[in-house]
Amino acid sequence: MSTVTAPSVSAPAAGASSADARGGTGRRRTALLRWLFIAPALLYMAAFFGYPLVRNVLMSFQHYTPTTYFTGEAPFNGLDNWRAVFSDPLFTDALWHTALFTVGSLLGQFTLGLALAVFFSRRFRLSRFVRAVLLLPWLVPMVVAAVVWRRILDQEHGVLNAALQALGLTDGGVPWLSSPDVALLAAVLVNIWIGIPFNMVILYGGLQEIPRDLYEAAALDGAGPWRAFRSITLPMLRPVITVVLVLGFMSTVKILDLILALTSGGPADATQTLGTVTYQMSFLRLDFGQGAVVGNVLILISAVFAVLYLRANRADFGTGK
Amino acid sequence: MSSSTIRTAPGTARTTGPGTGGRARGAWNTVAALLILAVLLFPLYWMLVTALQPSSGIDVDFFPTSPGLDSFRAALDSQGRSLLTSLGVALGAVAVCLALAAPAAYGLAQFSLRGGRAIVFTTLITQMVPGIVIANALYSAYAELRLVNSYLGLILADASLGLPFSIVLLRAFMVSIPGEVVEAALVDGANRFTAFVRVVLPMSRNALLTAGLFTFLFAWSDFMFALTLNTTDDVKPVTLGIYQFVGAHVSDWGAVMATAVLSAVPAAVLLVVAQKYIAAGITGGSVK
Repeated sequence: MSTVTAPSVSAPAAGASSADARGGTGRRRTALLRWLFIAPALLYMAAFFGYPLVRNVLMSFQHYTPTTYFTGEAPFNGLDNWRAVFSDPLFTDALWHTALFTVGSLLGQFTLGLALAVFFSRRFRLSRFVRAVLLLPWLVPMVVAAVVWRRILDQEHGVLNAALQALGLTDGGVPWLSSPDVALLAAVLVNIWIGIPFNMVILYGGLQEIPRDLYEAAALDGAGPWRAFRSITLPMLRPVITVVLVLGFMSTVKILDLILALTSGGPADATQTLGTVTYQMSFLRLDFGQGAVVGNVLILISAVFAVLYLRANRADFGTGK
Repeated sequence: MSSSTIRTAPGTARTTGPGTGGRARGAWNTVAALLILAVLLFPLYWMLVTALQPSSGIDVDFFPTSPGLDSFRAALDSQGRSLLTSLGVALGAVAVCLALAAPAAYGLAQFSLRGGRAIVFTTLITQMVPGIVIANALYSAYAELRLVNSYLGLILADASLGLPFSIVLLRAFMVSIPGEVVEAALVDGANRFTAFVRVVLPMSRNALLTAGLFTFLFAWSDFMFALTLNTTDDVKPVTLGIYQFVGAHVSDWGAVMATAVLSAVPAAVLLVVAQKYIAAGITGGSVK
C-alpha cells in the first residue's frame, strides 16, 4: 500500500514484475482518487462559468424574441445582432458612460483609499477600531447602499441638498439624480464611497510590508515626507497598486446593482452602462441575442484586464507554492 | 487609562522623540480619524436615523428626539419573508460552496496533479466573468431545467459568487499543512477521504470560516441573480424586495430605511464578531 500514500513518483526499485504491475494500477487508482477531490468543483465551474461563456457567444448569433421561451425557437441569424447593437446609440452611449464611470470611480477610490491607508499607518489610539468600522460601507449590500443614497440625493427631501443650502453653497437643490447632466457624476460619487474601504484595506496591507528602515535611512539622508512617499512608498507599493486597480476595474466595469437601484439607467439613459444595457436588452426587451452581444463586449474588455492581472500575479505564482 | 498610554508610548516615542509632543500628535490623529469616520459613515447613520423616526421619513431630525420602532414593524410586515429567504439562500450557498471548494482546494494544494496550476489560473480568471453575462446564459439553461423561480436554482447560482474566492483562499492555507500529518492518519488505517475530513478540515477551521463568511456576505448581497433568475415573487431575497420597494412610488421611506438597516445587520455582525477574518479575507483572497 506504500504506493498509495507516497506522493513521489519514484516507486521502490526492489519490486518484482508483478509488484510493478500492482503498483501501476495502485498508482492509477490513487490518481483517480485524487481527481475525485477536485472533480465536483471542476464540474460546477464548467457549468456556471464555462457553459455561460460558450453559450453567450452562441446566443449572440441567434434571434431571440419574447416568444422564444415558449416555442424554443431561436434561429441563427448571422451578424444581425452585432450590427443592430453597434448601430444602436444606446450601446455607444453606454460604452462612453462605462468608461467615464470606471475611470472616475477608480481615480476617486484609489486616491482616497491610498490617502487613508497612509494616514492609518501612523500609530495612534483607536486606529485599528476606526479602520475596521470604515469597512462597513463596503460590506453592506450594494443595492441597499444605493437605496440609502437615493434618499440622501433626493432633490427636494434629500439631506445633501439641505446641507449644501444651509452652507450657502447652492441656491436651489441640485437635481442629483433627476438631471441627465449630473446623474452619472452622482453615481460615480456613490461608487467612490462604496469602493474606498476595499482600496484602503489592500493598500494598508501593502504599506505594512515596506521595511521601516528604508524610511529611517531616507530621513537620515534628509528626505522629507513627500520625497520619501515618492521615492520609497510608491515604487515599493507598485505590485499592490496594480492588483488593487485591476480588481477595482473588473468590479466597476460590469456595474449593474448600483445603477439600477440608484437611477435605473436614467434619466434619459444618462447612466446606462454596458451592464445595465445587457440587462435591459435581455431581460426587459427579451432580446437575449442582443444582450449577449453587449455581454461579449464586456467579456472582451474584462479579458484584456484579466491578462494584466495574471501578469501582475505571476511573480506570486513563481515564488509561492 | 494609564495602561493604554503606557502601551502606545514606545511607538510614538520612537518616531517623534521623548516628551509630550508625540502624545499630543497622537491625540490629533485620533480626532482626525474619528472625523473621517463620521463623514464616511454618515449615510449609514442617516439610514438608521430615518428608520427610527415615525414621520414616514419626510422630515428627518438630525438626532432622533423621540425614536420609535414603527418603521421596523412595517418593514418586518412587508419584508420579513424576504429576509428569511435571504438567510436561507445565503446559508445554502455557503454549504454548496464549501462542500465544493474545500476538497478542491486540498487537492490543488497537496496533490501534485498534472494541470493543477492551470486549474488555479482558471479559477482566478473565473472571478472576473461579469455576473450579468453568466445570468444571461444561465437563464436559458434554467428555463430548460425548470430552475427559474426555485430556491435550489438561486442557491446554486449564488454559490458561484464565493467559489473561486474560497478555492484560492483555502488552497493558500492548505499548502502549509505538512504532508506527514495526513500520512500519519493514513498509517492508522484511515482512507484519504476520512483523513481529509478528520484531520485537514479541523486544521483549516479559520480558513474555512473566512471563506464561509465571505460567501455568506456575497450571497446575502446578491441582487443580480435574484433579479434575473426569478420572474415571480416566489423566491424573493431582501435585495430584490427593497429594489421593488423603491421602484414603486415610495410613500413610507421610514419602512424602506428600516428594511435597509435590517439587511445591513449581517455585515455589521460579521464586522464585530469576525473582524480579523474579514481583513484576512480581503487581502488574502485578492492579493495572494
